[in-house]
Amino acid sequence: MNIIACVKQVPDTEAQIKVKADGSGIDEGGIKWVMNPYDEFGVEEALRLKEKFGGEVTIVCLGPARAMETIRTALAMGADKGIHIDDPALYEADSYATAEALAAAIKGLPYDIIFCGQRAIDDDSGQVGSILAELLGIPVVTMVTKLEVEGNSAKATRPIEGAQLVISTSLPCVITATKGLNEPRYASLPGIMKAKKKPVDIKNAAALGVSGASKAKVVKFVPPPARPPGKIICADDTPEGKAAELVKLLREEAKVI
Amino acid sequence: MAKGVFFVAECRDGALRKVSFELASTARKLADQLGDEVGAILCGSGVESLASELAKYGADKVFVVDNPALEPYTTGAHAQAVAQVVKDNSPSILLCAASAQGKDLSAALVGKLATGMATDCTDLRIENGRLVAVRPMYAGKCYGEVVISSDPQMASLRPNVFPVVECAKAGQVVKVDVALGELKTKVVEVIKDTGGKIDVTEANIVISGGRGMKGPENFAILEELAALLGAAVGASRAAVDAGWRPQSDQVGQTGKVVSPNLYIACGISGAIQHLAGMSSSKYIVAINKDPEAPIFQKADYGVVDDLFKVVPEMTKEVKKLLG
Ligand SMILES: Cc1cc2nc3c(=O)[nH]c(=O)nc-3n(C[C@H](O)[C@H](O)[C@H](O)COP(=O)(O)OP(=O)(O)OC[C@H]3O[C@@H](n4cnc5c(N)ncnc54)[C@H](O)[C@@H]3O)c2cc1C
Ligand SMILES: Nc1ncnc2c1ncn2[C@@H]1O[C@H](COP(=O)(O)O)[C@@H](O)[C@H]1O
Repeated sequence: MNIIACVKQVPDTEAQIKVKADGSGIDEGGIKWVMNPYDEFGVEEALRLKEKFGGEVTIVCLGPARAMETIRTALAMGADKGIHIDDPALYEADSYATAEALAAAIKGLPYDIIFCGQRAIDDDSGQVGSILAELLGIPVVTMVTKLEVEGNSAKATRPIEGAQLVISTSLPCVITATKGLNEPRYASLPGIMKAKKKPVDIKNAAALGVSGASKAKVVKFVPPPARPPGKIICADDTPEGKAAELVKLLREEAKVI
Repeated sequence: MAKGVFFVAECRDGALRKVSFELASTARKLADQLGDEVGAILCGSGVESLASELAKYGADKVFVVDNPALEPYTTGAHAQAVAQVVKDNSPSILLCAASAQGKDLSAALVGKLATGMATDCTDLRIENGRLVAVRPMYAGKCYGEVVISSDPQMASLRPNVFPVVECAKAGQVVKVDVALGELKTKVVEVIKDTGGKIDVTEANIVISGGRGMKGPENFAILEELAALLGAAVGASRAAVDAGWRPQSDQVGQTGKVVSPNLYIACGISGAIQHLAGMSSSKYIVAINKDPEAPIFQKADYGVVDDLFKVVPEMTKEVKKLLG
C-alpha cells in the first residue's frame, strides 16, 4: 500500500502570536515550529496502515527551509521518504495554490490513500485536503475519527452535529484526519538516527510547473477584538450570594438567560 | 460579469438548519449594499417546500436541485449540484456555513470552482464592490482581513455569529436538473449521538466542565443547569482525555470552535488551546476556585469559588427565575 501524508509546519499551540505593527503579517520571532497537530494523526494512521498492509509512506511538505525539521520528525516516526517543496514564490500561497503545488508533487507517485490534517492551525482554513482531492480527481472524506481499509475501499467515520456518519469510499482517496483517529507515536531515538539517512527530494515551483499565484489574500492582520474588562463577583462572599448575583447579571445586564 | 450574492442553504432530515437563515440574512445585507440579487441554493430530496422559508429572510430566487441522490448529504453529489448552479449563474459572492457539512462542502467547492475562500468568518463587509472577509486565524490569536480576486468570492460563516433578520422577498423557485456523475462515496450508517442533545456548536448557551469536575458523574450538575437553560454541555480536553466526556463535546483547538451567546466554564483553567475554541463567545463566565486561573482574563463575569457549591445554587436561582 502506498500512502502519502501531507504535513505542514506551524507555530506550536502555546505560541504567542503578535501582529506586525503594519498589519502585514505576524512576527515570527521566538516562535517554536512544530508539525501541525492534525497532521500527526495523519502520519500515525499512515504508519499503522503500512504496518498492517506493507508498502511505503511518503511525506509531502511545502514550506521554507525550517520545514525540513518537520519532515524529519515524520521520517523519525517511521515514514520512508519525503518531498520538500521549497520556493519563496509559494510561501504565501493560499489554499488553492498550496493544493496545486501538493498535487503536482503527488501526481507522478503511486498512492492508495493521501492523508491531510482537517485543518492547519495557523491559517485555520481547512481547505487543502478537499481541493487536493478535486485536483487529483479522487474522493475525499473530511474530519475522520476512524478508518477501516478493506481491499479497494475504506470505511471512514466522521462526526457531524449530533451524529457520526460512517462513509464508504473507493480508493484512492484523500482522508483528512482529526482528533480521535489515533494516538500519534513519539519518534524514538533510533528512529531519529535513521531519519537522517532517509531520502528527501527538494522541489521548487518551476520543477512542479506551478506559479503560487493566489486568489485569496490576507490583506491585513489585526489583533483579536479587545474584550471589555470582566467583573469578579464578590456579592456577600458566600457561594449562594455569588450565584444569585451572577444569575441576576446574566438576566438583567447581559440579557442572555 | 459575475453578479449576485448566493448562499448554500443547509438542511437535514427535511428541515432547514438555523445557520441557513443566518446565511440568508447576511447575503441579503451584502446584496443590498451591492444592489444585487440574493440567490439561495437548496439541494436535497423533497426540499422544494422549504424555499418559501428562505424567501422570508431575503432570497430573491431559490435554486432547487431535487434529486434522491442528494439525500443524505455526500460531498461529491452536493459539490456537483452546487457547482452546476454557480457555473450557470456566475454569482460574485458565494456564502456557505462553517458547520460540519458546510465546511466539507465549501472546501470541495473551492476545488471545483478554482476560486478562493475565507473560512469560518466572523464579519463580512463590502469595500469598492468587493468582499472583505474577517476571520480568526491562529486559533483566534489574531484576525485576518481577506480579499479574494477570483469569482465567486467564497466565504463560510461561523454559525451563531451573524444575526437573523426577516426581510420577505419573492423567493422565485428555479428548478435545476443536475446530471450527477459517478459517486465514489456513500453514507452507509448514521449513528445518532445518545440523548438527542444539542451540539455545542449550535447551542445559544454552552456550559463546559474541565478537570475541576473531578469525575464523570459530577457532570450531572452541569446537565441539570443546562436542561433548565436549553444549553449544551461541553468539556475541556482534560475532561475528554480522561474519558469523562465524548470527543464530540470537546471545545478548543483540537476540538470544536463555539460561539454561543453565553459560555460558562466550570473548573477549566483557561489554557490557550481551550480559549482557541470559545473566545468568540458573546459572554463568558468563569467559575474556578483559583483566582489566578487564566480563564478569568477572558471572562466577562468571574466567580472565584468552589464550583460544586456555586453551580447547584445557580440552578436554584434559575429555577426561581423561570418560576
Ligand atoms: C496540541 C494541543 C492541543 C490541545 N487542544 C485542546 C483543546 O482542544 N481543548 C482543550 O480544552 N484543551 C486542549 N489542550 C490542552 C490544554 O493545554 C489544557 O491541558 C487543558 O485545556 C486543561 O483542561 P482543564 O482546564 O480542564 O484542566 P486544568 O488545567 O487542570 O484546570 C482545572 C481547573 O479546575 C479548577 N478547579 C479544580 N477544582 C475546582 C472546584 N472544586 N471548583 C472550581 N474550580 C476548580 C482548578 O483551579 C483549575 O484551574 C491541548 C493541548 C495541546 C498541547
Ligand atoms: N504547506 C503545506 N504543506 C503540506 N501540507 C499542507 C500544507 N498546507 C496544508 N497542508 C495540508 O492540508 C491540511 C489542511 O490545511 P489548511 O487547508 O491550510 O487548513 C493540513 O493539515 C496539511 O495536511
